[in-house]
This record gives sequence, C-alpha cells and structure tokens, in this order.
Amino acid sequence: MIAEAGLAALWLAAALSLLQILLSVGHLRAWFDGDRPIRSVAIVQGALTLIAFAMLVLAFARTDLSVALVAANSHSAKPMMYKLAGTWGNHEGSMLLWVTVLALAGAGLAIGSRRLGRATLIAALGAQGALALGFYAFLLLASNPFARLDPAPLEGRGLNPLLQDPGLAFHPPTLYLGYVGLSVAFSLAVGALITGDVDRALGRAMRPWVLGAWILLTLGITAGSYWAYYELGWGGWWFWDPVENASLMPWLAATALLHSVNVLATRGALRAWTMMLGMIAFSMSMVGTFLVRSGILTSVHSFAVDPSRGTFLLALLGLYVGAAFALFALRTGRLKEGAPFELVSRESGLVANNLLLTVILGTVFVGTLYPLFVEALSGDKLSVGPPYFNAVAGPLALILATLIAVGPLLSWRRERRAVLGKLTIPALIAATVLAISLFAAPQIGLLPRLGLTVAAWLAVASWLPLTRRNPLRTPLSTWGMALAHFGVAVSLAGMASDSAFTREKLAAVRPGETLRVGPWLVKLKDLAPAVGPNWTAIEAELRASRGGGVVVLKPQTRYFTDPPTETNEAAIVTTLSGQLYTVVGKPDAEGRWQLRLWWKPFVTLIWLGGVLIALGGVLALVGRAWRTWRKERPSGGGQSWRRKGYA
Amino acid sequence: MSRWLRLTPMVLLALVVAALVWRLAHPEDTHVPSKMIGKNLAEVRAPAALPGRAGVWVGDPVANPRVINFFASWCVPCITEVPLLQRLKQQGVGVDGIAVRDRPADLAAFLRANGDPYRAIGADPQSSVQMDFGSSGVPETYLVDRSGIVRYQHIGPLEPEDVAIIRDKWQALRK
Repeated sequence: MIAEAGLAALWLAAALSLLQILLSVGHLRAWFDGDRPIRSVAIVQGALTLIAFAMLVLAFARTDLSVALVAANSHSAKPMMYKLAGTWGNHEGSMLLWVTVLALAGAGLAIGSRRLGRATLIAALGAQGALALGFYAFLLLASNPFARLDPAPLEGRGLNPLLQDPGLAFHPPTLYLGYVGLSVAFSLAVGALITGDVDRALGRAMRPWVLGAWILLTLGITAGSYWAYYELGWGGWWFWDPVENASLMPWLAATALLHSVNVLATRGALRAWTMMLGMIAFSMSMVGTFLVRSGILTSVHSFAVDPSRGTFLLALLGLYVGAAFALFALRTGRLKEGAPFELVSRESGLVANNLLLTVILGTVFVGTLYPLFVEALSGDKLSVGPPYFNAVAGPLALILATLIAVGPLLSWRRERRAVLGKLTIPALIAATVLAISLFAAPQIGLLPRLGLTVAAWLAVASWLPLTRRNPLRTPLSTWGMALAHFGVAVSLAGMASDSAFTREKLAAVRPGETLRVGPWLVKLKDLAPAVGPNWTAIEAELRASRGGGVVVLKPQTRYFTDPPTETNEAAIVTTLSGQLYTVVGKPDAEGRWQLRLWWKPFVTLIWLGGVLIALGGVLALVGRAWRTWRKERPSGGGQSWRRKGYA
Repeated sequence: MSRWLRLTPMVLLALVVAALVWRLAHPEDTHVPSKMIGKNLAEVRAPAALPGRAGVWVGDPVANPRVINFFASWCVPCITEVPLLQRLKQQGVGVDGIAVRDRPADLAAFLRANGDPYRAIGADPQSSVQMDFGSSGVPETYLVDRSGIVRYQHIGPLEPEDVAIIRDKWQALRK
C-alpha cells in the first residue's frame, strides 16, 4: 500500500504540474485570471511530491523487500540510519529526491516573492511547472522508484559500503537542495524574459534563492570533499573527477550569479548577463545530473549506467536549456539599458569577478568534456587530469582571490577616492609572508607559494569593508560578505599548505616497527580483527607521537558481506597544526603490513574555510530577510527605529 | 548586444548536446585489449591443476589450434559460460582451461557442480600465465594457432552468439 500511495501521489503531482503550465499560459494570454489557482496548485504539487518521497523513506525504513528498489539497495541487517540514507543512495531514489526539491522550490516560489511583478511570477511558476513535468515523466516512465517485485526476495542486496557513512546521510540531500534550488533562478529568469520585466524587483526576488542554494552547494561540496578525503583513503581532497566537476560547475555559476544579482538588485544593471547566468547555473545542475545519472563519464561515482535513461535526461536537458537560450536570443534585444557605471566602480569589480568565475567555469567545463570531443572527432582516447585543471584554474583562482580584496572597497557607480591606500597593511603582511616562505621553505612550488601569499593578503583585506564604521550599524550582509571572503582566504591557505608541506610515507612494516613522517613517529603496535554490524575488519593499532604524549590510531581494512566489498577506513588525528592521516593495507607473504602515512599541515583549513564561506552566506541571508521583514511590516518598531537614523 | 552574440549560447549548447548524443550512442569501451595478440607464446607452460589431468603447454603442436579459457572457481560469470564451452567441445573445438589463483579442492568442486568442458587444465596460482597472455581478468578466452601464436581474444564471459564466431575462427586456423 505504501508504495502504491507514493506512486499515486507522484502521478497526481505530475498532473498538477501540467495544470500549472496551462494556468500560467492562460493567465499570460489574458484568457482568465490564473493568479490565485496557480499558487495553490504549486503548493499542493509540492506537498504531494513530499508525500511520495516520505512513502519511499517509509518503505526503506521498514525494509519492504517487495519494492524492487528496496530489495536492490537495502538489507535488513543495515543500521537504521543507512536504511534511511539508502533512500537516496541509488538512481531512482535520488531522482525522486531531486524532483521533490524541485516541487518544493516551486511551492516556495508561490508562497514567497510577494513583491515581484505578478505576471513575471506567474510566468516563472509556469516555467517551474514545465521543469517539474519533464522530471516527473522521467521518474514515472523510466525510473519508477515504487516498482514492485513479485515474489519478494527473502533478503535485500545491500548498499554500496562506500556509501555507508554518516557523510552520505547529508551530502546528497544538501547538494540536491542547492542544485535544484537554482531552478527558481532559472524559472525567474525565464519568467522575466517572457514578460520583459528584468528590473531591480526581479533581482531582489531572485537573490535569496540564489544565496540559499549557494550556501547549500558550498556546504555540500565542502562535505563531499571531506568525505572523499577520509573515506576513499587516498589522502587527497579534490581529484578533478568528472562528478566532482559536475558539482563544482553549478557552484561557480551560482557564485557568479550571486554577485551579479546584487548588481541587478541594487543598481538595476547587468540585466541580460544576470538572466544568462541564472539560466546557466541551473543548466549546469542539469548537466551535472545528466553526467552522474547517465554514467557516461568514467568516474569513481559511476553508480548507474543506463543508456535509455541517459537519452531521456539528455532530451530534457536539450529541451529546457535550448528553450531558455532561444528565449534569451529572442528577448534580450528588447531589454532596457541598465544603469550606467564607470570603469572604477563596484559594478566593474563585480564584472571582473563574473568574468574570472565564468572563465574558470569554462575551463572546468571544457576540461571535463574535452576527452569526449576529441574521441568523437578523431577516435583518440585521452584523459584530462589534475595537471591541466591545476595549471589553468589555479592561477585564475589566485587572480580572483587577489581582486576579492579590492572589489568590496569600491563605491557603486564611480569611485572617486583613493582606494589602494587602504590596502597598505594587507600588502605589507602578504609581502612578509612571501619573504618568510622564500627564506624558510625555498623548495616549495610557485603556485603554493603564491597561494600562501594571496591567502595572507585576503585574510586581512577581507575585513576592511567593516573598518571605520560602527559595527552595530553595519548591515549583517556586509558582515556576511567579509566572513565569506575571509573563508576564501582560509580555504586557500589550507590548499596551499597541503600542497606545499605534505609529507608522505609508504612502507611495509612488521608489528613493533616504527616509521617517521614529518614530525611524527608512528609505531605499528599490533593488528587485530574487529567486527561491525555488517562488516568484519583487520584493525591496526598505531601509536603516534611527536615529542609529547602518545595518540592511538586504529585504521581498518573493512570487508563488507552484503554486497562483498573491501574498503579502507583511514584513521586521522587532528591537531591545531594539521592532520596525521593513516591507512592500513594488505599483508605480504613475510607478515609485513602496508602502511601509508601522511602528515598534512593545516589541511583542515580547506574545509574550515568552506564552512566559513557558507556561514558568511547565512549571515547575509538572515540580514536580508530581517531587512525585508522590517520593511514589509506596515507599522511598528522598525519604522521608528529607522527614523532615528540607525538603518 | 549583437544578434550573433545572443545566439552563441544556443550554438554552444548544440555542440555539447551533439557530443553527449554521440557518447550515448557509442558507450565508452572499457575493455583492455591484450597487447599479446599476434605474439608467439609457445614457451608458456602451466602445470596440471588437478591430479590425473594434463597441464597446458601453449606451444603443444598436437593440441593446437585451440581455445584457451582463463577461469576460476571463485569467478561467478565463469559458471555461465561452462555450457557454451561444452557446446564448442561438442563441435570438435579443442578447449583447455587455465585456473587462475585457484585451489585443487575448490576447482574439483566447481567442475563437479557446473560441468567440465576442458581437455587439460593448467594451474596459474600467481597469475603469471595470465600476465603472459596480457589478460586483465577472468573469464577471458583466447585462440592460439598451430605454432603457439595468440590470434584472438574475447574479454568477459562468452555469450551464446560467440560460440559460432569462435568455432569459425578456430576452423580457419586449422586450414
């Protein structure tokens, strides 16, 4: 019954999305007033999809093996948390989650956005309905998550052990909320191009969605990077894997959009460009979904390989993005000129930001698809890896990080003051760091050295927009911007430190032997079997010390039974100055065990920076929401507060 | 903004979609073909894997041309191709096996349970014969000509339609 209820809810939601499109078209053609019904339809559609998703979660929680998806991906012996996480640890379930977020975003658009022009909102809801309809069709026709098995098997096939990790419970939902949250920016851009009302109100309506999606994407990518770092046992934090790139590309587009939408909301400039970015950001989400779900790019993330599903998704992608780009080509000529600005101005700074981010995005996009183009045209097989991405994206990111320090200091429209003087202190500090690195670590590469220098520059300069003003009267969004920019510096410092100072040791050792890596002495004390709920393991006991006390580490090689798979569980010691990362491998014939040790100074800053960036976004979002709420209240404290001149 | 600039996104999209369509129509070939095709492996020998059975000498002029099938008792897809190897045997094709990283007791149990299509079975406890053939996994099936030169490689389990292909190639080698 549960599965049938879920399926019925999904069919109903699909029907409502069709109705939503019709209502939108009818309203825009002035056949009838579709304003009130379309909002209700969007909200009910979101609720129905949520019910469908809840039904699937319930089927997984009960391990209902008569549902084919549960039988293929779950197992009664699995801990409850992974049963629940198993709902989205597979193709059909993750697509259902995707559609659920899409429909909920549509409902949110219908509930919020009160200050947006009514016609634009209704056009945007129609676009959102069209997006949803295609993906409902994909689920119902090509990837039904509720299909039954008759007879039901006695036991399920289990979940990929790599995915049995707390990180999995949060990583995909967070990324999906971000990915699919961008659909609202897409629909709003489409709606505004249809009505021609690309104005500041549109920018303000789009901004919280972009900001919210961007926060979640930032957190999702940060968490995914840390997951790959400790779960795969390879000691790296970014592999330029096609699927990682697929998550990075929407983030790059969203970051550019986040900045250009501010120009639109504040100054009414960069109209066509912001509409283009709004379309590109969600298009990149769809490209990412297609790359992952069709399995056409070889990757550690290749979970599902099914050409017919790939064809379906590609058709949807081509249809939606093609229609949006066609609309752009037809309508941008009619847009009004935006407000003018001079060469040295906040707007120019944001244009520079957008150009650099777009070039980095193009670089990653080309690098990810280049092997495909080459093979299609010449038949040669090649792969594009870290040497390309680091060499091209690295310097561009450094230039961007350098300019981040300057942009926020500029005024809107034109800058008449001497801004560079404010940057004396950051410049001196950066020069000092550069000098120290040349003196103390002459052997490190150019990129890491520049990375450390730029990180120092930005870490100080990011706080400059807050100086010489009363901190209590500074808008929360300005605090958020400073914090996010500081987070970029922190993350950059971690990346540079990791690539400059990491020490690695790979050796075969007997119990009782000691290895040295960086400042650490690591002794292999003993090896013992260990048992978990659905795995057995060989667990090494390591005693690590660097002068002071001893830390015990227990890396494992785990053997999962359902399905039979082997994984390495790294053991990590985190200290203020970095991480000691240990992996135990296989024994050889003489009883020696492979040990792989890394000492990674300040590597944790990478993810700390990511969290700070997201936190800056949260501050900005809260600050903006607070201001909007204040403004929208007809009377009360807010008004008198503002009259006294505090705001 | 000029008209051409406005149309650029559509052109780029068309290029990308075309490349993706091409990829869907031509899925990536992840097989690693052996570099040893056309090479003479007459010197390669695998000792008998079971007591009372012959081992495999690739250069053996009496046994060649023949099929050499890499398999293992621990390999599940290998079970599915046993009936197909038996069909080859019934059609007169000489089929010998190389048991990769196997134990005699497990091997005997595998043959009892699934059938035994092999004339001779060589043991390859350290995958060294597999390395000599440039094989990257089990099951794989090779054709060796009279002089011990590798002429054909099939990666993965045999499908029913492969039986005729291999038989025809074997007959061509016999002439």
